[in-house]
Parts: sequence; structure tokens; C-alpha cells
Amino acid sequence: MSVLVYTENWDGKFKKSSFELVSYASKVAEMMGTSAVAVSIGNVDEAELKLLGNYGAQKVISVNQDNLKTLDSQAYTSAIASVAEKIGAKVIVVANNNSGKSIAPRLSVRLKAALGAGVSKLPISTSPFTVYKRAFSGGAYADVVLKTDVKVITLAQNSFDVIETANNAVIEKMDISVDAPKTQVKEVQKQSGKLLLTDAEIVVSGGRGMKSADNWAPIVELADLLGGATACSRPVSDEGWRPHDEHTGQTGKIIAPNLYFAVGISGATQHIAGVSSSKYIVAINNDKSAPIFEVAQYGIVGDAQKVLPQLVAAVKEIKGK
Amino acid sequence: MKILVCISNVPDTTTKVKFVDGDTKLDTNGIQWVINPWDELSLTRALELKDDASTGVKSVTVAHVGLATSEPTIRKALAIGADDAIRVNADPTDAYNVAAQIAEVVKKEQFDIIMCGIESSDFNSSAVGSMVAEFLGMPSVSAVSNLKIENGTAVITREIDGGKEIISVPAPFVAIVQKGIAKEPRIAAMRGIMMARTKAIKLYEPVAIDALTETAKFEMPAARAACKFVDAENPKQLIELLQAETKLI
Ligand SMILES: Cc1cc2nc3c(=O)[nH]c(=O)nc-3n(C[C@H](O)[C@H](O)[C@H](O)COP(=O)(O)OP(=O)(O)OC[C@H]3O[C@@H](n4cnc5c(N)ncnc54)[C@H](O)[C@@H]3O)c2cc1C
Ligand SMILES: Nc1ncnc2c1ncn2[C@@H]1O[C@H](COP(=O)(O)O)[C@@H](O)[C@H]1O
Repeated sequence: MSVLVYTENWDGKFKKSSFELVSYASKVAEMMGTSAVAVSIGNVDEAELKLLGNYGAQKVISVNQDNLKTLDSQAYTSAIASVAEKIGAKVIVVANNNSGKSIAPRLSVRLKAALGAGVSKLPISTSPFTVYKRAFSGGAYADVVLKTDVKVITLAQNSFDVIETANNAVIEKMDISVDAPKTQVKEVQKQSGKLLLTDAEIVVSGGRGMKSADNWAPIVELADLLGGATACSRPVSDEGWRPHDEHTGQTGKIIAPNLYFAVGISGATQHIAGVSSSKYIVAINNDKSAPIFEVAQYGIVGDAQKVLPQLVAAVKEIKGK
Repeated sequence: MKILVCISNVPDTTTKVKFVDGDTKLDTNGIQWVINPWDELSLTRALELKDDASTGVKSVTVAHVGLATSEPTIRKALAIGADDAIRVNADPTDAYNVAAQIAEVVKKEQFDIIMCGIESSDFNSSAVGSMVAEFLGMPSVSAVSNLKIENGTAVITREIDGGKEIISVPAPFVAIVQKGIAKEPRIAAMRGIMMARTKAIKLYEPVAIDALTETAKFEMPAARAACKFVDAENPKQLIELLQAETKLI
């Protein structure tokens, strides 16, 4: 018996989100009186694999083979399901990101294991095994009972803090043969070096109240100064003021930073659906009755064009820049 | 080529949800039901592909797992332009069960491309599409922002962290679609609405498959602390507050 956690890597490296995932899996294992085992797919060196031990993984299983070079959901599902069966995993934890979403539901069917998707807390109880997940796009949460012996959980991003422990993980290389993938990646277009919106702990986001693409400089500057990323509401990306990958909300990206600045954003339900899991929301809006203030913890009622430069100046002062 | 678009029937996205029966069920009083936004866009893309003769797409079918009460939503899909519709007569309470029902439909009717949305706005599971594929042993591609058919083969754009991948995949397969798949949802024209009234919705009785999950209860989101307002004349105070109270700056 054990808890298996799939830790994705990005060009051979793990991210903070990988460590959050392992920390979570270790806590779940503790609740069940067992230990956490991580599985890594692809080419990751031993030193990097060892890092997972610092967050509680007792063992790290490394699978590396040609048929797993690109993310093919069938091939990855086969590989992870085989590892789960070999070690007798009772719970499999996967990230609720694009890759996790393409693997976890398949694992659920393959192993006839109930899926708890987008879980944002430790299980409420282990018997019956009950998880807490987002429902109605953040309008509510649901306590869902996973009724099978084996369970699959996808953990919402940024919903669990990393917990460091002194622990030396055993690294095991496992050979697992999987069929050749049916999907073929023809071309990859990647922008590297940019902080990803879904990884950012601080996000500065602008809405239609910013009036024009030309007014974005202080938003970008504030985000840069805070080591954060920029985002926007849907009309802004529809207008072409900002790139589509910044569109946040129900029909764009769903994010959960620690600090979310909503500048000139009214706070429509569809926008809030994408940001309601942020730890703190700061609103800047010239309309005191804008719904964004109902979900914000900090607010300024004022003109963004006047307020933003002063915020930038204040941050510069604090950071000594 | 035949396309199947799976549609979920969800409360209008502006609905403030409430619950009944000891918070175990959605209070459906006064709720406006709509096609899940992603499914509306995937239907739009399927119809665009059909409109283009070079793709060889001959028909677009919609499938829905739900009770008779969701027929208006299915009619809407027909009015937008779907050729025909299938309803599996079961209460959709668990993604595994829903996917199993859809897989049965596909086994009987045979489709080349099955389209699902990245998530339903009510269950938010992001599960049904990939589950259907696994039940059928088909490849699936997630986070699809573009789907084209070139010389009889599907060419898919998949969103990845900080970029895109262009993928080719042999039919039959499941495409799980997200932002980008179509610009604006297609709207039903008068002619479509008239025609939809007479189109038959094919009814399937569900196969016996246990649900693997059960919703014990719903909860409202934890209340957030009330907003602390800072004077617009002194924005610096906001940064000082954030620094002192959140320790994030
Ligand atoms: C199916 C569906 C899905 C949708 N999905 C999304 C989604 O994913 N994401 C999303 O964002 N939207 C989505 N929408 C759109 C959503 O309903 C709102 O229309 C949108 O969020 C509004 O964007 P906004 O707040 O930028 O603009 P507005 O609602 O126009 O708000 C602008 C705000 O700026 C304020 N303002 C104006 N001037 C100033 C100034 N000088 N200084 C400060 N403040 C100022 C105004 O008071 C106002 O509150 C969706 C809609 C539908 C129907
Ligand atoms: N009851 C249903 N009937 C048909 N398709 C569904 C149903 N529920 C979900 N789907 C499909 O699965 C997608 C993802 O839903 P979910 O897994 O609930 O997040 C939706 O966008 C639909 O395409």
C-alpha cells in the first residue's frame, strides 16, 4: 500500500508546484498510515530526483523510455498505471494542470478508481474517503466521496503549501514498456524564459477600465517589480489589447496566485470564476459599487491612471529601486 | 467523416447557485439552463468543419447524458445546426458514469472525431472527454485550441505551458477543446429554430454502470474578509498594508 504521486518535469527540472504535490501526497499518505512514492517520467538526473525526497517522498521511481518522449495520454496512462499496480498504490495524486487533466481521468477508467478532480484541501476523511473540490466554477464547493478501493486525485494548483522534511529518497529506475504513441508531435512553439501566469504568485491584471492598450505600461511595470505575471479580462484579449494567453476567467485561464490585482475589472462572475481561489484580491476601480469589491480584501476607489503610477513608485521605494 | 459533440447542460454562467435537501442538491428553481460554453464553441467548430467541403465532414451529431428536462438545451444545439441528437436517459451525477454512457453510444454509432469541452461549468471535473477515450481505447488530445482537417487527417494545436504543439492523430480520437477552438459561438437562426422543432432526438436507455463517486454535500465558498479601503489620494498606504498584512511584497 502507498500513495503514488506523478511529478511532471520541465526540461528535466521540477517546479515548486511539483514540491507542493509531493508535500500533499506525503500528508495523504500520513493520514492513511503509509508512505508516498513519486514517479517521474522522462530524462531527469539523479540529483533532481533526490529533491523530491525533501518533501516527503520515500521513494522516487524514474521511468524513461522512447515511447514517452512526448505527452501521449495513452502512453503516459499505461506507464503510471503499471507503476501504480506494481507498488499497490491506493491513491494516485496528479496535478490539475493540462497534463494532469489529460492523464488522471484515463487512469480512473483504466484502474476503475474514483476520480476527485480539482481538489483543494487534504481529504476531509479517509473513511469514507471524502475530498473537497471546486464546483459551479467556484460558486460552490463539493464534498465528494470516492467509493472505490483505489482513488485518483488531481490537486488544484497553489492550493497546498510545500512542507520540507529531512528525508533521503531511494531512487529506483523502472523499465516499463508502453506501446508507441498514436499522437505525433509535429512542431513545438515555445516561449521560454517568461514567468507563466499559472505559476505566478503575484498577478497584476487589467480590464476594460484601462481604456486602451497604450495604458498598460504601469501594469507591466508593477508586475515586473513584484516578480509577478500580467493577466487581463476577456474583453481586453478580445480587443487585442493583450495576448490571448493572459485571458483569465471561466473561459480562459484559471489561476490561484497569492495576490491578485484587479485593475479596471468589474468583477463579473465569469471573471471571478477564474480567480476566486486567489489568497488575496486587491481591486482598483473608480466605481465604488463594482462587484469586484465584494470579493476583494483590499481596495482603492479611484482612477487607475492616477493610482497605478503611485503604486509603482511606492513599490520601488520599498524595494529600494 | 462523422463528428460527435458531447454537450453538457449547465446553469447559466451568471447564476448564483443555492442548494436544497440538506445541501445535497442544486436548487433548480429559477435557473436558466444553457449549453456549457465550451461545448457551444466545440459545436461551432464542428459545424465550421462541416461547412468546408474539403474536410470531408458529413455530419455533426450532439450527445447528451441527462433527463428529459434537458431537452430544451439539446433543441438549442439542433437549432444552431447539429444534424441530429442523442440523449442517454440518465441523471448525470458522476463523470465516470456519464463517460461510460457516451462510450456505449460511440460503439453503436461509430464517429471519427469526438469533441468534448475542457470542463463543465457545474462539475468542473475536466474528466468526461479523457474518460470516454479510455473506455474506447482511443487516443485523446487535451487542451486543444485549434482543430483542422488537412488531406483527411486531423491536425491539432495543443496548448502547453508557455507555448503550443502541433499534433497529428489518426481518427477515431477524442479532442478536448479549450479557448481558441472557435471565435464566437454560432447563434441559432430562425430557420434553424424551425427545423429543430421537427428533428427527432434519439433516445438511448443507459447501460448499468455504477458511479464511482457521490457528492455528500455542497458548501458555499468560505466567506472572504470584507474589503479594506485605502484612500485614492494615498495609494502608498495600500502597498504598506499589503507588506504588513500579507507579507507577500
Ligand atoms: C459564457 C461567458 C464566458 C465568459 N468568460 C469570461 C472570462 O473567462 N473572463 C472574463 O474576464 N470575462 C468573461 N466573460 C465576460 C464577463 O461577463 C464580463 O463581460 C467581463 O469580465 C468584463 O470585463 P471587464 O471587467 O474588463 O470590463 P467591464 O465590465 O466593462 O468593467 C470595467 C470596469 O472598469 C472600471 N473603470 C472604468 N474606468 C476606470 C478607471 N479610469 N479607473 C478604474 N476603473 C475604471 C469600471 O467601473 C468597471 O467596473 C464571459 C462572458 C460569458 C457570457
Ligand atoms: N451529461 C453530459 N452529457 C454529455 N456530455 C457531457 C456531460 N457532462 C460532461 N460532458 C462533456 O464533458 C466535458 C467536460 O465535462 P466535465 O468532465 O464534467 O468537466 C463537457 O464540456 C462536455 O463536453
